[in-house]
Amino acid sequence: MSNHAHSAPAPLGGSLVTSLTKTMALLILIAGAVLVVRLVLGIGSVTNVNDGYTWGIWVVYDVMVGSAFACGGYSVALLVYIFNKGEYHPLVRPALLGSLFGYTLAGVSVIIDLGRYWNTWHIFTPGWAQINSVMFEVATCISLYVVVMWIEFSPVFMEKFNKDELRKKLGRWMFLFIALGALLPSMHQSSLGSMLIVLGTQLNPLWQSLLIPVFYLLTAISVGYAIVIFESTVSAIGFKRPFELGILAKLSKVMWGVILVYLVVRVADLVVRGAVGEAFKPNIMALMFWIEMAFFVVPAVLLAKASNRRRPDKLFLSAACMMTGTFLLRINSYLVGYETGDGWNYFPSLAEMGLTIGIIAIEILGYVVLVRLLPVLPKHEAAVK
Amino acid sequence: MSMDRRQFLKGVLAGGAVAATAAPAPAEARGNLTMPPKAMGLLYDGTLCIGCKACVSACKESNGLPPEFSTEDHMWDTPLDISGKTKNIIKMYKDGTGEVKDREKDGYAFMKHSCLHCVDPSCVSACPVSAMRKNPETGVVTYDPHDCIGCRYCVLACPFDVPRFQYDKAFPQIVKCELCSHLASPDNHTRFEYSACAQVCPTGATIFGPTDELMAEAKRRLALKPGTDYMVPRGKLGGGDWQMAKAANYVPQVYGEKELGGTQVLKLSAVPFDKLGYRDLPERSFASISETMQHSLYGYLIAPVVVLGGLVVAAKHSLRDQDEDQE
Repeated sequence: MSNHAHSAPAPLGGSLVTSLTKTMALLILIAGAVLVVRLVLGIGSVTNVNDGYTWGIWVVYDVMVGSAFACGGYSVALLVYIFNKGEYHPLVRPALLGSLFGYTLAGVSVIIDLGRYWNTWHIFTPGWAQINSVMFEVATCISLYVVVMWIEFSPVFMEKFNKDELRKKLGRWMFLFIALGALLPSMHQSSLGSMLIVLGTQLNPLWQSLLIPVFYLLTAISVGYAIVIFESTVSAIGFKRPFELGILAKLSKVMWGVILVYLVVRVADLVVRGAVGEAFKPNIMALMFWIEMAFFVVPAVLLAKASNRRRPDKLFLSAACMMTGTFLLRINSYLVGYETGDGWNYFPSLAEMGLTIGIIAIEILGYVVLVRLLPVLPKHEAAVK
Repeated sequence: MSMDRRQFLKGVLAGGAVAATAAPAPAEARGNLTMPPKAMGLLYDGTLCIGCKACVSACKESNGLPPEFSTEDHMWDTPLDISGKTKNIIKMYKDGTGEVKDREKDGYAFMKHSCLHCVDPSCVSACPVSAMRKNPETGVVTYDPHDCIGCRYCVLACPFDVPRFQYDKAFPQIVKCELCSHLASPDNHTRFEYSACAQVCPTGATIFGPTDELMAEAKRRLALKPGTDYMVPRGKLGGGDWQMAKAANYVPQVYGEKELGGTQVLKLSAVPFDKLGYRDLPERSFASISETMQHSLYGYLIAPVVVLGGLVVAAKHSLRDQDEDQE
């Protein structure tokens, strides 16, 4: 595949043992301890989930938010391969690597949260598989996508280990995996929203809508771009590489467009369904709705100005807001806006957060190690080895 | 490049048109499921309930469930709600001074909480592995731990907050009322023959029977003039065990007649149901809305395949285009 005039990806090199990687390793150890307790004493021994809020952050953050934050690969692939914008090509590999980790670990998290994880294979097995369940669609589709992503990323390993023939063979079929890589996230990211529909009136009308799959999909796409901007900024600072302003400025305009579409559809839906009144009730749900919306409005306003799109600080702020908004949409629709009966409360326990933080640490550690060892980031003359 | 995009868009539009004609959304729309032919259920009449909780105790005995303590001495089985240890509970509503039974203001009332065995259950629709099933004959919503993956989507989905989970176990299960359907098995060595809660109820507040006959019984009571004497069946309908009661001043509603397309467990009360934890619910089942959405998007995989075709065309174009650029 091509890179236009861009420099080819190359391993970053450098030491693998740094204060960052050591910290991440420690966090992963803590998460491992939490996991052991969970396996021996049950989910309730380390989490605060209960029958009123049976899905805590291991599902709502690790899967709903985590997989959305892993949409960089999907969103960039849409641009490069579906809308044929070759100029974004240097972003493909780093974005795909982030996605690979995000999705693989979302899958791991969900299995940790499954009470009867040893039966997981039932989902994919005829006789058990229940195709009317939205979760069936989500589970099969995410599993397939993880496989597709590993195949999409495998040329990186083949380059590293000089398997040129294999790489060429795979290259001839790559179009199919790219197409699947664009289709599958469109399906399951929207389905993560569709899973809320069966909750019916237990979910506040601010979120319960037949368009919730559309909201989930549009925010997944736009947060994919936000993640790329976020990761590029952090990589530029962390690895002391030049900031790729030109390409990110253009990307932020694409993100801006998707946010605008989202905001229009979101507000129009509230008006058409007559749910606007809910936003003005004196309760925590309405407050959280406004906070959620504000985090989408800020980047929509900031990125409207061309000069802001060329300022790294404004780009980073917009990306961070976009990520927070996406986070809040998912937290609000699965936790804040959900009420199955009176008297239930949920806030994650320290141990529960510890496991989630450990999962994030695996992502960061894996990313840092792999970009140092494998040809992922575009080569820069000035890159510090 | 603009040419490619135009072509791609054309492809998508054509694909969309094909999908739209091939998958007629309204025809695919799934309405509410209907009552199974031999639907069985319970009728709970809060005005007859004296709050003795014999049903709570019998349920534990019939289902082999452990005691649950809420007092300091840990002497008595005192569950406060249904849970991983308790499938059936009697709750009390109390207002102000709580003087008069079945009065909303300054009164009190009882309500039984256990699975309502919905005609179109959300838990069955949500379950990805068919661990929750609705018996096609009796309509009883059953749970099989051997199938279950413990995802708890049923707990999240149930509008009555009924399925509960064992958070304190390494090998946990979902716990919910299955209308004592295990008692029908030949190796039933318990003293119970049918739903234990109904069999032991001393006042006829909970009775067991075919749902259509329970509905007729409920309607009969609603039609009575408050204060008149009438005969209440005890245990199960047609069991021949009757006793006298005075008709209450009922809320004119059988809870479970229309809610989400109906439930097989029906309830009567003299205090508004929303005060007793039973919310107003629409007649269209949430399961039917969710499944209609899924079927119109994914029915026969038509739409995904068509979209994939468009994506393949676009991806091939881009790859060729971008390879040429390089050379």
